[in-house]
This record gives sequence, structure tokens and C-alpha cells, in this order.
Amino acid sequence: MEHTPSAAALSRRNLLRQVSLAGLASLASPAWAQTTINLPLPGGPTERPITTGFPQKGAMILQRTRPPLLETPFEVFDKGVFTPNDRFFVRWHWAVIPTSVDVNKFRLNVHGHVERPLSLSLKDILAMPRLEYAAVNQCSGNSRGFFQPRVPGGEWGNGAMGNARWTGVSLKAVLDKAGIKAGAVAVRCNGMDQPTVNDAPDFMKSLSVDHARDGEVMLAYAMNGEQLPLLNGFPVRLVVPGWYATYWIKMLNDIEVLDGPDTNFWMKTAYTIPDTPRADMKPGQANVPMVPINKLNPRSFITNLQAGSTIEVGRPALVRGIAFGGDSGVKRVDFSSDGGKAWHPAQLGVDEGKYSFRQWHAVFTPETKGGYTLMVRCTNTAGDVQPDQPNWNPAGFMRNVIEATPVTAA
Amino acid sequence: MTRKIILLAALAAATASAAQAKAPLTLKSVGVTLPESNRVLPDGPGLAAVKGNCLACHTGGMIMNQPAMPQAAWQAEVAKMRNVYKAPVDDKDVPAIVDYLTAVKGPK
Repeated sequence: MEHTPSAAALSRRNLLRQVSLAGLASLASPAWAQTTINLPLPGGPTERPITTGFPQKGAMILQRTRPPLLETPFEVFDKGVFTPNDRFFVRWHWAVIPTSVDVNKFRLNVHGHVERPLSLSLKDILAMPRLEYAAVNQCSGNSRGFFQPRVPGGEWGNGAMGNARWTGVSLKAVLDKAGIKAGAVAVRCNGMDQPTVNDAPDFMKSLSVDHARDGEVMLAYAMNGEQLPLLNGFPVRLVVPGWYATYWIKMLNDIEVLDGPDTNFWMKTAYTIPDTPRADMKPGQANVPMVPINKLNPRSFITNLQAGSTIEVGRPALVRGIAFGGDSGVKRVDFSSDGGKAWHPAQLGVDEGKYSFRQWHAVFTPETKGGYTLMVRCTNTAGDVQPDQPNWNPAGFMRNVIEATPVTAA
Repeated sequence: MTRKIILLAALAAATASAAQAKAPLTLKSVGVTLPESNRVLPDGPGLAAVKGNCLACHTGGMIMNQPAMPQAAWQAEVAKMRNVYKAPVDDKDVPAIVDYLTAVKGPK
């Protein structure tokens, strides 16, 4: 069934009709989920279908069909620092997603506390000075499935992240065109997706005026040199480098400058974290002050060996992976083959910019047969280093514990 | 072996730079069809209430992929769907939905 931008939010009767249509469709639908994968989530369930059934997407881990939640299979991250567009993770909050976009009709409206409200066509946007950089886009809840105790939500493994080279125009340039009035506080971004029911909260996110005008926040119309897949936000999405993906509004068509703080549900209540180091708290802990989620923290992963891999005893083994610093660059990556007792600097790959994935590699020789716990640890240029204990919060946000990959030498 | 490792690292670097294609200056209109779910929820008391009240906003995989949670947690989830996300669920359907979720996705 198709949704268009003009599709009104559904009444209860329409909701019921949609359910019955969906029910009929499923009887006739082809088996587009072909194989399965196991994500090692504690307590399970671990099995997920691999799907090739989504438009402009290759093989993805199916977390939810509607609204789509598609995870990048982890082996994709071993192929390079840039995540291909057709393998880039997908996450939508509401099911009313336009399924077609006419590039001649699309308009981006800029209004609110501005001197000159704007209605920009894509031609207008493409004519503005271009900005381009690499940046990691990571879901706030990436790796949520590894939280213990487990928490409800999208039960991701580690693949709700990706790195792309983004091309577009700076949000600052667009705001300058409109002329922000004195007293502006926040810039609220809204996309073309809509709630399924009338009075539900439309998904919108805000940045402070200073952040919005930092010259880096971008309205991207290309990723990795091509237009965005529809499910990644075609034709324009916000790119907020160094910040969690919740702010990277997809199908961005409305920018409102506010003269007060944004108290909408998605800023005030949802996507908030404990105002504590590493957003960490205890299960059941009361009266924890909460703040909107913001900057990414550093992470690193081994990509060429999986847990349970066997390597050859007495021979040098290449261990390779990716790291990112979060809101600053990768300063160093350290590797351990003994569960974190001894650490050795890894070799860093090409620097594609401070917001990008960066490849690293290390070589180690298992001298005796048996088990080895491989670990990798990123330190960013701000001096923040991955912790050896996992954080916990009830929404399952901001996991960045040092990862352990047990392998066997034989 | 060492030479092989250097080659592998070089190959990885080459893959990275190949991604830096030149961006297009024109965009093309897009129309797509999104797939429907073919997931079948397990049978059990309350399934009809779940189908009638929950699956308009999200497909059944969202339920089945959740970790095992006790009844109180499922009660809270259903309350969140109603109060926060405005799911139009009748009061009379709530116990059946919670019972189904607890039976299918409760602690074993």
C-alpha cells in the first residue's frame, strides 16, 4: 500500500482497514525474507531475517518491516570506511512515509522567527555553495540489544551505524538567506513523514541556534556521491556531524526558527539521557536528571574476525577494523590479544576527517593453542577513551564499552 | 605473510578512496513501494486484540524481537503506546493485549 505526502493521518476506521489490507497482502506476498542471521543478544531472541525486499537497499537485517528498521550486516564494515548507500541502516519512527518524491515539486520551507520566510526548490538548494565531508551516522540506540538488563526498543546489534561522504549546503547558509531575528533560540527541523494517528506527536528535532549556525551542520542531498536512497531521507536530510542520528532529520522539508526552547515530545521526553558521565545509571534508580541526547562517544570494532573465529597458531594474524572518535577525531586505537591486560597501538588507516570512520589494523601471533580474547579501544582527540564497563540506561542509548572478540588459535 | 598483510591493508585503503565519487548536480524523482510484513504472530488468546489494535502502527516483528519481559513491563509498554503515541486502543482490549504479550514474550 502506498503512502504519499498528502496522505492524511489515519482515522481509527482507516487504521482497521489498513490492517485488513495488510493481512490480505501478507497471504500473497513472496518470501522476500530469504535467509536469517543470528545477533548474539543476551537472552535472545537472536534470529533475524536477512531481507532484500526494500527499495534501493541490498541485503539488510530486518528488525521491523513497518515503519522500517533495517540494520547493516556487520561484514559490510570490513569492506572500507564508507558504508555503501544500499547497505546503510534505516530507521523510521512513523509509518506514514511518502513513497514518491517529485524533484520539481519538492519545497523546503523556512519560517518562524526569521526576516524572510523561504520556500526553496531543490534547484535553489543545489545552486548554493556546496559543502562536503565524511561523517558517521549512528542511531542513539545502536547496540541496544546488548544492554543487560535488556530494555525494550529496536533490538539492534552493532549495525545501526554507517559512514558516508555527505554533500549539500550548510544550514547556516540557508538560515542566513532567511535572516534569523534577534531573540531566536532554537531551530526545529521536520521531515515529510507523519504519525499514523492524528493526535500523535510528529517527529521533529531541534538544535540550538548557535549549533545550527556553526557552518558544519548540513542539508545533504548526496551521500557517497549519489542522491540519497528514499529510506535514508531523499531528497534532503539534515547531517549533524558528531551527534546522534536522531537529529539527522530525513526528508527534511520544514525548518522553523523558534524564539523559545523546543518543548515538543521528541526533545523534552524522548531521546533523553541521564545527565551523568556516559549516560550511565542503575536500573530502577530514581530522580535521575535527564537531558537531550547529544554528542557521539568513541567506539571501535574488529571487522575481519567474528567471535568464535579460528586462527592459525604460530602465524601472524591480521586483525582489522574501524574506529570513530564521536565529536572529535580518532587519536589512537589500541589492540589487546589477552582480554585487555596488555595494549598495543594499532596502525591507523587514511584519515578521512574527524567525523569519519577510520580503519585500523594490528598484527599478532598466537604462540600457543587455545583461546584469545581480542579487544580494541579507541581514544579520541579530546582524550575520551572507551570504558571497560558497559553503561546502562532505560532507553538503551550510547553504548560504547570496549568490545571483546573471543577467538581460538589452533 | 607480512607482504600479504601489507597488501590487504593497501586493498582496504583503495576501497575507501573509491567511494569518493563526484556528487551529482541533478536529482531524479523517485517512486518506490515498501514491502508488507509476512511475519505470522504465534496463535494464542488475545491475538485478535493485538492484530486489531497494534499492527496498524507497526508490524509484528517489533513485538517478536523484544526481549522477554514480565507482565508489568508489558503493561507499561501498552500504556506508552496509548498515552504517548496515541494508539486508539479501547480500554476493554488492554487486558487481552497484555496477557497475549506476557504469554508470548514473558519470562520463560
